[in-house]
Amino acid sequence: MGNETIMKIGVLALQGAFIEHLKTLRTLGVQAAEVRLPDDLEGLDGLIIPGGESTTIGKLAVEYGLIEPLRRFARQNPTWGTCAGMIFLAKDIGHDRQPILGLMDITVSRNAFGRQIDSFEVDLPIAVLGDAPFHAVFIRAPVVTAVRGSAQVLARLEDGQIVAVQEGHWLATAFHPELTADSRLHQFFIRLVGEKGA
Amino acid sequence: MTTNGVHDNGKQTGTETVKRGLAQMLKGGVIMDVVTPEHAKIAEDAGACAVMALERVPADIRAQGGVARMSDPDMIEQIMKAVTIPVMAKVRIGHFVEAQILEALGVDYIDESEVLTPADEEHHINKHNFKVPFVCGCRNLGEALRRVAEGAAMIRTKGEAGTGDVVEAVRHARAVQGEIRRLTSMDEDELFTYAKNIQAPYELVKETAQLGRLPVVNFAAGGVATPADAALMMQLGMDGVFVGSGIFKSGDPAKRAKAIVEAVTHFDNPDVLLNVSRALGEAMVGINVTTMPEGDKIAGRGW
Repeated sequence: MGNETIMKIGVLALQGAFIEHLKTLRTLGVQAAEVRLPDDLEGLDGLIIPGGESTTIGKLAVEYGLIEPLRRFARQNPTWGTCAGMIFLAKDIGHDRQPILGLMDITVSRNAFGRQIDSFEVDLPIAVLGDAPFHAVFIRAPVVTAVRGSAQVLARLEDGQIVAVQEGHWLATAFHPELTADSRLHQFFIRLVGEKGA
Repeated sequence: MTTNGVHDNGKQTGTETVKRGLAQMLKGGVIMDVVTPEHAKIAEDAGACAVMALERVPADIRAQGGVARMSDPDMIEQIMKAVTIPVMAKVRIGHFVEAQILEALGVDYIDESEVLTPADEEHHINKHNFKVPFVCGCRNLGEALRRVAEGAAMIRTKGEAGTGDVVEAVRHARAVQGEIRRLTSMDEDELFTYAKNIQAPYELVKETAQLGRLPVVNFAAGGVATPADAALMMQLGMDGVFVGSGIFKSGDPAKRAKAIVEAVTHFDNPDVLLNVSRALGEAMVGINVTTMPEGDKIAGRGW
């Protein structure tokens, strides 16, 4: 991507909290577009797969022929999955039978913390974002139970559970940076997209 | 009763952010009424983002009459075991003990619903006392913001449940959206008076005016029966759709459920809407709300 073109990041908009991601991206001066059909991927420099119900998003992705185009796009371009999006990016989701892209070398367990009454928010240290902790919101969240190959752990809860991972130009977070005002993770992802295009 | 808690490991549960957050994750989705684990599986397979577990769909509650109460926890639990998506369940307006029971059971969301027979004709549940989030019905902005003030983390239009007639859901959605549009052009003096007139807390009225939308997620409910109905509600600015009797009172529930899910995602794409509207079998028969006796309407329940 040359300096003269404005970066354009897509947000998968099949179901879930896609509007929050679009708003944050626009606040940061990036062009943001909703992706519902394969053609919507055209001209994008990066993609965010948002939180929502992973079974719903998976079924709609299959029905509208998005799985292979998304996989192809994500192999070539920076892609970030939050919560349901993290499940979508993982290679291994245990016994769950749902359509996934199967790209990142991680094992993810769905609804790992229990039901909604166990959903929580917590201050999370994330070294790549600097000293100030990131206020992270976990909603019926998944967790990463294994990391292999070149996948790097970016953040753990106090008890050691892995909740953020980077593997090359792929990013996965179990929590929802789109629900809080702190945009450091979005900026981190925008830098990934910028490096890739440079 | 549990209250919002801070745990030793710094985790905070039951906060407004996590309560409202789950509703944010449900946006752009369809929440379906189900009465058995088999229904719940059909709903999940069709792509529902959550299910509402209840003993009788609103159309049957209308037909059979009598007092409609919280469902048997055993039956709700079977549905919770059958699916991995969030499970909601209904309690009567003002019946905070039914809500305590559902919280103890571990449902993901409670609907304090006018579809059941009200237990209190003056007070709604103080929803701040619970860790589990609540959704409540509304017919206009004042009612929506009164429920938010009581702790509702999600709002839905009331519509007229169990009729398959979308006219009331449209009326309520247009009322809320129209009032918000007027709010955004008012100065502070006018906002004070407006808050007083609609009997809503000033701070919430001001927040709504600044946001240009409700401070919580707002779904459509009450009379949605077709993919076109669902897309209509989305184009009117709703965040998602509840479908009650419309699916399991129709000729081919699995097919109709899937079509409504796709219609909500592609709500502004007429080509997709055309495709998913084809050959769905019979829609629920329905009741015309306009010719319905006043006493049969349930949207007026709630204060």
